[in-house]
Amino acid sequence: MTRIRWTAAAALLLLPILGGTRCATLEDAAKLGGAIGVSKGVVSQEQAKSITKVAKAVAKTFEDITPEQEHYIGRSVGAVLVNKYKPYPNGPGNDYLNLLGQTLAQASDRPETFGGYHFLILDSPEINAFAAPGGLIFVSRGMLRCCRSEDAVAAVLAHEIAHIQLRHGLQAIDKSRVTEAVTTLGAEGAKSYGGQKLADLTKVFEGSISDVTSTLVNNGYSRGFEREADAAAVAILTRVGYDPKGLVAMLTEMEKNLKPGGLDFAKTHPSPRSRIDDIERQRAGGKALAEVPARQARFRKGLGNI
Amino acid sequence: MRRYPAVLIVCLALLCVSATIEGGGKAMSVQVKQGQVRATPSFLGKVLATLVYGDRVETLEEKDGWIRIVPPGKKAPGWMHSSALSQKRIVLKAGTKEADVAASTGELALAGKGFNADVEAAFKARNKGIDFIWIDRMQNMNVPPDKVQAFVQEGKLIPAEGGGR
Repeated sequence: MTRIRWTAAAALLLLPILGGTRCATLEDAAKLGGAIGVSKGVVSQEQAKSITKVAKAVAKTFEDITPEQEHYIGRSVGAVLVNKYKPYPNGPGNDYLNLLGQTLAQASDRPETFGGYHFLILDSPEINAFAAPGGLIFVSRGMLRCCRSEDAVAAVLAHEIAHIQLRHGLQAIDKSRVTEAVTTLGAEGAKSYGGQKLADLTKVFEGSISDVTSTLVNNGYSRGFEREADAAAVAILTRVGYDPKGLVAMLTEMEKNLKPGGLDFAKTHPSPRSRIDDIERQRAGGKALAEVPARQARFRKGLGNI
Repeated sequence: MRRYPAVLIVCLALLCVSATIEGGGKAMSVQVKQGQVRATPSFLGKVLATLVYGDRVETLEEKDGWIRIVPPGKKAPGWMHSSALSQKRIVLKAGTKEADVAASTGELALAGKGFNADVEAAFKARNKGIDFIWIDRMQNMNVPPDKVQAFVQEGKLIPAEGGGR
């Protein structure tokens, strides 16, 4: 009995220590392989070191993209989007969007990004909204016309903030490019790149921008990512005090306006109806909150003539 | 039988070591361009100092996604949101040795590595039709904290006391 107790106690105490090594990776496997190889005299120390290094390079994922690099990816993705859809340079509208967006971003799980969150209206009748990595968010006039209240606009922005919080954009980048960028080509850093290296890195960068923009504009994220973003949006809205039903109201309005076969949200997002079903399953049910007159007044002032 | 207390003592000792490493007193780096140190763990908290990318801070405690830190130069402690901080040491100017360490261990993050301003400039040169004017304008659209606070009050919203978690 005593023996069992001691063993159990020792096992319990060991658990957290062992817990630190629970993420066995390719890297660990390579280290182990290298060690075995060295002990058996199959490979030299130098070769073993090189095996470990290569495996480490392969093990890199989007998580190794630093917030600074994410910022540069986002800037170029944003530039491509603004050139495709054109900005809507309406001062009061953009000011209102930034004020609302900032309030929501502060309540997200990732309130701080390298360059912060910034919002811009796009001059397009299409029903669209995009989140470029790092915090640049774009919403089309067509999308804003689907919003009948501040709570509905908040829902659109919260969904886009959620994509940034969850780093969905970065996950659209081909893994081999990430590996190339963060290891082989980008490892040295801090000094300015010259000649061939800069050219190679720029090619990888161009490829990454194209991966993200084609996902945002043409292919869309997986339904799983959209569901995750809707769930995180509901959390943000609730924390700030907006009615999460705003998301349902916006989707209902969108459902009426989306044209089947359209090149906008109809193409890149699951149907509004299926999103509503998912959201209601996650909760966000219950009675709609009462309308707040001050919110409605500033919504009309900022976006009434959109 | 006697071996078990010994195992226990070793385990306890290991636990103490890991607790010291993981508790307060850990150093972290600012991973955003500019990060504010606040008097309270909230975006409504008074700004005590503004730190820049790569600054090293010492951590004291954590609360709902906020970390109480000591800024460089042992200035008065304050709170920063955890999303502004990284466990990795951010090296602004790395020598070859540090670059090698960063590449192989991932313990260091090198500022300006990989995709950086030079790469963006090269991208612009190759894609002359893509204009960055509106991206620069967007990044200059800043909302002062008192405006957010007034917006929250007017709209009968909930002040982001804890911020995100």
